[in-house]
Amino acid sequence: MCGIAGLFSKSSTFEGTLGTHLSSMLVELADRGPDSAGVAIYRDPAPSGSCKVSLFSPDPDYPWIDLAVGLAKAFGDVGEHTVIASHALLVVEGDPAEIEAWLADCHPELRVMSVGQSIEIYKEAGDPRRFVERFSLAGVSATHALGHTRMATESRVTTEHSHPFSSGLDLCLVHNGSLSNHNRLRAFLRREGIRFQTDNDSEVAAGYLTWRLSQGADLEQALQGCLTDLDGFYTFAVGTADGFAVLRDPIACKPAVMSENDDWVAMASEYRAIATLPGADDARVWEPEPGRVYVWQRERVA
Amino acid sequence: MSPAEATIESVDLAEVDVRELNQRLHDLAGGEPSRWRVTNPGGAHALAVGLDAEVEVEIDGHVGYYCAGMNKLATVRVHGNCGTGVAENIMSGTVIVDGDSSQSAAATGRGGLLVVKGSASARCGISMKGVDIVVHGSVGHAGGFMAQRGALVICGDAGPDLGDSIYEAHIYVRGEVASLGADCIEKEMREEHRSELAALLERGEADADVAEFRRYGSARELYNFKVDNAGAY
Repeated sequence: MCGIAGLFSKSSTFEGTLGTHLSSMLVELADRGPDSAGVAIYRDPAPSGSCKVSLFSPDPDYPWIDLAVGLAKAFGDVGEHTVIASHALLVVEGDPAEIEAWLADCHPELRVMSVGQSIEIYKEAGDPRRFVERFSLAGVSATHALGHTRMATESRVTTEHSHPFSSGLDLCLVHNGSLSNHNRLRAFLRREGIRFQTDNDSEVAAGYLTWRLSQGADLEQALQGCLTDLDGFYTFAVGTADGFAVLRDPIACKPAVMSENDDWVAMASEYRAIATLPGADDARVWEPEPGRVYVWQRERVA
Repeated sequence: MSPAEATIESVDLAEVDVRELNQRLHDLAGGEPSRWRVTNPGGAHALAVGLDAEVEVEIDGHVGYYCAGMNKLATVRVHGNCGTGVAENIMSGTVIVDGDSSQSAAATGRGGLLVVKGSASARCGISMKGVDIVVHGSVGHAGGFMAQRGALVICGDAGPDLGDSIYEAHIYVRGEVASLGADCIEKEMREEHRSELAALLERGEADADVAEFRRYGSARELYNFKVDNAGAY
């Protein structure tokens, strides 16, 4: 199974309560995925020339302050770091690719969850209800966010195997379904220079998007490519700096519902997650068509 | 006493859980007709499942999976949309959805009537075995897949692979058909089909002209009809 959720704010008032509503959606989807939970949150863009880095350490006493000092020495300015449960968020002045390379080289004990201007990824093995409390999701204000509750089928239950999977700067993917050709595709993508942290099938879908985008495709083209290059069942939600996209495989074995009103756009595996949102009773509700890419994007501010 | 004369029992799902609602409805089996109104469904699954009494149940709002599954005798009306498998394995009675239905509506249904006033998505009427289905809007891919008996009426368009591997069911479509599935062909509309369709449109509360529909059914060439064709698919 697995549950996925996407929430996009259309009003600044709703932004302030987005975390509360995303929490309710995840709790409602906990039955679909009791193994782990995760979110990608888009908020507070880093200043130009800097990027936000989300990191995970299994060590509850990890010396994040030492890491911040190390980063500041290697790069430019490092803002005050924020520790949230097993994760830390740092804003670092420097080139994202160089920062990632430095982290892989100097701190192989850490997992980079996401890098970008506004993305933050938090995820953890365990019950989704506990996750929303541990990561204080209810207090979060954000422009948009994705969430996932996992029922593992293809690979182990660990924090690393949890969703969302980052698929490039400010990009991430959550997946409900299972892919059949992930081993061969992973081998191909590795030869193309894409790095993988796990043997998870969904991470391959994220890596595939990263690769297509690096080849010059836009997000819509990259998702269209999934229809021919991925074999298996999927409903994907993909988070971007400006919004999110949804794609179901042409057979559409995995569910998806979308809904929209003046304050928000939402997608979820089941309507009951959307039913928790304010005004859901009167919102437009529909089922996304199989094999069609849906994209929501906020207007870019110059 | 007819159901229309009965007083209305109200159940608020914000206060009562689904098990209790269904138990109260199951306890009506063999009893007097009655009327029920269910509020705040919140997309919950398995509402009004397994009814076996001449009752009327109205649900105010969107429901989750398998609403009114295995229905016998009862009339269930959903004032909203339905998730996967509404009226799954319906035996008799009537299920009416005012909004849209998700996948596998009336799957394996053996009798009775399902009316979807909006559109139905993929696999509507999959393996239907005697249920009649009237969809006011369109249906997604693989409508009437392996349909064995009963009639599927589509007032809008049909998605790809309509009637794949169909047996004896009748399919009527007013709009466009994206493509026909294996062994499904267009067939002549004879008088008996026009009268069957007219009756279904009336029962299904659909205002549509019989003359605008085309009929589809089995060519009876698939390997289960002609074993020599076993290698053809």
